[in-house]
Amino acid sequence: MKQCFFTITENRPLTETVMEMKLAGDTSAITVPGQFVNIRLEGRFLRRPISVCCAEEGLLTLIYKIVGGGTRQMAEMHPGARLDLLSGLGNGFDLSYAGDAPLLLGGGVGAPPMYWLAKELTAQGVPVRAVLGFNTKSEVFYEEELKKLGAEVTVTTVDGSYGVKGFVTDGLPERYSYFFACGPEPMLKAVWKHTNTSGQLSFEERMGCGFGACMGCSCKTITGYKRICKDGPVLRKEEILWKTPV
Amino acid sequence: MENTRVTLCGVELDNPVIPASGTFGYGYEFAELYDINCLGTFSFKGTTREPRFGNPTPRIADCTGGMINAVGLQNPGVEQVISEELPKLKKVFHKPVMANVSGFSVEDYAYTCERLDQQEQVGWLEVNISCPNVHGGGMSFGTDPAAAASVIRAIKAVTKKPVIAKLSPNVTDITAIAKACEEAGADGISLINTLLGMRIDLKTKRPVIANTMGGFSGPAIFPVALRMVYQTARAVNIPVIGIGGVSTAEDVLEMMLAGATAVEVGAANLVDPFICRDIVRDLPEAMRRYGIGNLCDIIGGVTQWEKT
Repeated sequence: MKQCFFTITENRPLTETVMEMKLAGDTSAITVPGQFVNIRLEGRFLRRPISVCCAEEGLLTLIYKIVGGGTRQMAEMHPGARLDLLSGLGNGFDLSYAGDAPLLLGGGVGAPPMYWLAKELTAQGVPVRAVLGFNTKSEVFYEEELKKLGAEVTVTTVDGSYGVKGFVTDGLPERYSYFFACGPEPMLKAVWKHTNTSGQLSFEERMGCGFGACMGCSCKTITGYKRICKDGPVLRKEEILWKTPV
Repeated sequence: MENTRVTLCGVELDNPVIPASGTFGYGYEFAELYDINCLGTFSFKGTTREPRFGNPTPRIADCTGGMINAVGLQNPGVEQVISEELPKLKKVFHKPVMANVSGFSVEDYAYTCERLDQQEQVGWLEVNISCPNVHGGGMSFGTDPAAAASVIRAIKAVTKKPVIAKLSPNVTDITAIAKACEEAGADGISLINTLLGMRIDLKTKRPVIANTMGGFSGPAIFPVALRMVYQTARAVNIPVIGIGGVSTAEDVLEMMLAGATAVEVGAANLVDPFICRDIVRDLPEAMRRYGIGNLCDIIGGVTQWEKT
């Protein structure tokens, strides 16, 4: 973990409620896809945790959804503004399990971490297949960006207005060696139930500190109590204990 | 040269800055970030007789000027703290640590305190009779003078180390509880624990916290904490530790003028993990600015307005 200031270089809407923010700064603490940063915002007490879409050589890309006052405040920020970040938080995905045909599953703003993951895997020469799920056509983003990396991309929409009608689990290919998933809990549950290989799932929880001190975001797993912020956000499929029955 | 040393219940501290229980784990998350030996000491995560997961999530809510937590005393239990956490801590922290203890019965408290009293690394026992997030324990002991006294008396009977009672602000008269603890043999009082609070999510119409309510802390509670420290320090003859919304060296000075011998820093650690290191660093300069040579000289030194 590092605490450092980043300067916004770009902050643009991808859809009506989803924004892409690019920042310049010391990205050295962010080492693997699936990690997150915790952002301090003027006038807000707790920081806002946002997953990393990509972090390479001093350039950080974050994609966030405007859900409340904090993210609205972020959306109104302009290039040149400086942000205090705790960077390199969380365990991230373990790419060594990917196998020869990894499947990447992203739902809504769970899609962004899949971008860097796809980039890393394709750079290793691994063919990547991705399924991105959204509610409707106007909410789709990053399909082209993933395709440009060479990934084979399927988009699903709940209302069928674009791509395959249904959820990410309706777009699963016949064969894959392993999966990586990020998205809202109902999606993760469906993925956990309908996938036929091992995999890793990235979770979301309300956090206090984001670095393992406050125990605010703990969850129970088969391998003991874990802090989503420090021991997660990525958990292995086999260790997950759902709060409510699947 | 400014002197930041203070003596807390017979044990000398290099400075009065103490990260508060529940915001500093068992120390090593922070030891990865800076040398935590710069601190006066720290109060480790509230420890109970048995391991606890705590309350269901979500158990954190952001607020203006602070936050609500309803963690509910998640901890690995006293035996694991002794066998695993304290040995790990010994490698990175070389000062006496403050052991924070909670329980669900007088016997629980006494048992856990007795076990921790036997540990060489422990300098003080801070007894949490003020946790608002657990049923049948914690705060229920800290809101009634007789119950508070019974816990302290039972602990004093089985321990040798200084016992500090950590009090709840969720009472009508905090000085009555403080006096009861003093009479029962407490060596010090720390206050305040969190204020019972609540938030509602407008989208779901449900409380943000799964447990409905939780403990509010952060800079917003500083004036309330300062007032209670002032009242308590004037009511008892044992040292008082000031807790509540402290986030700067100036806040430390204010707490000490109100009567605190030492100061705990809580919620601020969660937002700025380096804040206690920075407060320790800034303290001599702040003392210089206000003409303070010896920090211990200002304890309770607030000057009264002349009556007109």
